[in-house]
Amino acid sequence: MATGIYLDFEKPVIELEKRIDEMREFASDENLELTREIRLLEHKLKKLRQDTFSQLTRWQRIQLARHPMRPCADEYIELIIDDYIALHGDRGFADDKAMIGGLGRIDDKPVLILGQQKGRTTKQKLLHNFGMCHPEGYRKAMRLMNLADRFGRPVVILIDTPGAFPGIEAEERGQAEAIAQNIRDMAALSVPVVCLIIGEGASGGALGVGIGDRVLMLENSWYSVISPEGCAAILWKDHPTPVQKAPEAAEALRPTAQDLKEFGIIDEILPEPLGGAHRNPEEQAKTIKRALLTHLGELSALPPAELQQRRHRKYREIGHFAE
Amino acid sequence: MEWFRKKKEPLVRQTKKEIPDGLWTKCKSCGEVIYGRELEQRLWVCPACGYHFRIRYNQYIELLLDDGKLEEFDASLTSRDPLNFKDRISYTERIRKSQAKTGLKDAIVCGIGRIGGRTISFGVMDFAFVGGSMGSVVGEKVARAIERSLERKIPLVLVCCSGGARMQEGIFSLMQMAKTGVLLSELKAERIPYIAVLTNPTTAGVTASYASLGDVIIAEPHAQLGFAGPRVIRQTIGQELPEGFQSSEFFLEHGFLDAVCPRRDLRHTVSLLIEYLCGPTSGVHETLKAPAPES
Repeated sequence: MATGIYLDFEKPVIELEKRIDEMREFASDENLELTREIRLLEHKLKKLRQDTFSQLTRWQRIQLARHPMRPCADEYIELIIDDYIALHGDRGFADDKAMIGGLGRIDDKPVLILGQQKGRTTKQKLLHNFGMCHPEGYRKAMRLMNLADRFGRPVVILIDTPGAFPGIEAEERGQAEAIAQNIRDMAALSVPVVCLIIGEGASGGALGVGIGDRVLMLENSWYSVISPEGCAAILWKDHPTPVQKAPEAAEALRPTAQDLKEFGIIDEILPEPLGGAHRNPEEQAKTIKRALLTHLGELSALPPAELQQRRHRKYREIGHFAE
Repeated sequence: MEWFRKKKEPLVRQTKKEIPDGLWTKCKSCGEVIYGRELEQRLWVCPACGYHFRIRYNQYIELLLDDGKLEEFDASLTSRDPLNFKDRISYTERIRKSQAKTGLKDAIVCGIGRIGGRTISFGVMDFAFVGGSMGSVVGEKVARAIERSLERKIPLVLVCCSGGARMQEGIFSLMQMAKTGVLLSELKAERIPYIAVLTNPTTAGVTASYASLGDVIIAEPHAQLGFAGPRVIRQTIGQELPEGFQSSEFFLEHGFLDAVCPRRDLRHTVSLLIEYLCGPTSGVHETLKAPAPES
C-alpha cells in the first residue's frame, strides 16, 4: 500500500504503514514472535488514519483530488464497464485525447461512457493534455451523446479536469462556443445523463460535459467556478506568490463535495476509501458502479419528456438572490 | 461643427495631458482628443479611428429601442452572499458599493421594448457593475428574459458585456451558465429567434453560455471576445499573443461571429435580422407588409 508519491499530510500515515510492513518482514525472516507489537502499531495506525482523514480541510481534499496516484477516468472505465469499445473523433477536426469515451455495458445494460482523462505518467499526461480539453473534445463528447440519444442509451460522464485548455488554438477553434453548445444541447437529450466528478471539476471545462439529471461527486473532489489558484491570483494580485494563498482561496470558494451537497447543487456524495480513492481503486470502482446503477435505474423509469422537464426545472431553480 | 474641428488640433497640442473629464475625451486607441458633445453625437465612437468607447446600459437602450424606451422587469433582484465570501472587502459590501456607484441593482437590465416596431424581450449588461460579471441575479434575469420570449413568442435580444462568471458566488455563478443555456434549448426548440450582440468585452463564462448561443451573433468592432483571459493564455503558452487576438475581427475570421457591426448600424441590423427571421411587421417596414407574422 505504501508505494508511490504522497502528500505532506499523508506522510505520518505512510511512514507508520512502512514501519509495520518492515516489522512483519523482519518477524518472518527472523522467525520472531512480534504479533503483539504489530497489533499495537496497527491499532495506532487505524487511529492515525482516522485522525488524518476524517477532518480534512478543503485544501487537503483538493490535494487528494489532484493526488498523483488518484485513479483516472480510464481506470474506472476498465473496472466498471464490460466489453468497452472506445470511440474517437469529433467528425470535424480531430480526436481530443483529453476526452475519452465509448460504448459498453454496465451490468448488461448498454451505456455511453465519457471521461476526461488526465493520465498518470508524464508521457500519458502529455498525450492526454493533463485532462484539459480543446473545443474538439467537447464536440466529440456531444457527438457521442447525440449518438446515445438517437439509440436510447443512457450517458455516464466522469469529470476530471483542471480546466478547458487555455491556448491560442483553443480560442481559434471556439472553446467558448463549444462549451456553450454542449450546455444547451445536453439539456435537450432525451436519455438519462449521470455526471460524476471523480477529481477536479474546474469551471466551464467541467460544465461543458456537466449537465446531467444527476450530478454526483466523489468525497474528495472539487467543483467550482474557478480554481483556488485562479481565485488567489485575482484576490491577492499584489502578493509576490499568490499561489501560496490557494488554501485560503479554497476556503472562500467552498468547492468541495460537502459544500456543494449543502448548497443543493449536487445529488449525492460517493464515499472514498479512507485516505482517498487511490488507496483502493477497486473498492472505489465498486462504489461508483453501485451508485450509477441505482441512479440509472431510477432515471430509466421516467418517460423522456419528463426526464427532460425535470432536468430543465432543476437547473432553472439554481440561484441565490433576493427579490 | 466644422469651425470647431479646425480649431481643435492646435488646442490639443498645447494641452497634451490632463484633459478635464467630460468636456474632452482622449481616445484610448489612437490618442485623438475628442470634444465630448461630438463624441456623444457619434455614439461614443472615435471619429479618427473608429474605436468604440464602452457605454452604459441606458445608452444602449436609447440607441437600440424605439423611442429609447424599455419597460423594465425584475428591477428589484439583488445578490445575496451564498458563500459568505471573504475578500479584501466582503461581497455584500462590494455589491453595495457597486449599487451606489452605478445606480443599478446588478449587472444587467431586462425588460420589454420595441425595435423597428416589433415587441422584443431585451436585456443589456453593464460593465460598470462588478465588471458585468454574472452571478445569480444576472443568470435569473436572463432566464426570465428568455421565459418572456417563450411565453409571448417574441424575439430575444441580449447585449452582452461581461468579464465572465462572478467569482464571489462560486458554484452558483457557474450554474447560471447552465441555467441560461438550458432555457435557450427551449427557445431553440420553439424557433423563436435570439440575437446576441457582443460588446467590449464579452469573455469567459458569458461567452461560454448565452453570448455564444444566438441564432445570429453580431459584435461591435474591436471588442475583446474570448474564453480564457489573455494573461492565462500567455502563461500557458509562454509567449506573446498575436496582434488582434480575441477581438471581434478574430472571432469573425475564425467563424464564431455572423458579423461585425458598427454601433451606428446596430439598431438597423438587429431590426432587419428579426424581420428576416420573423417576417415583416407594422412600423418601420410598412411598405413590406406582406403575410402577417404569427404573433
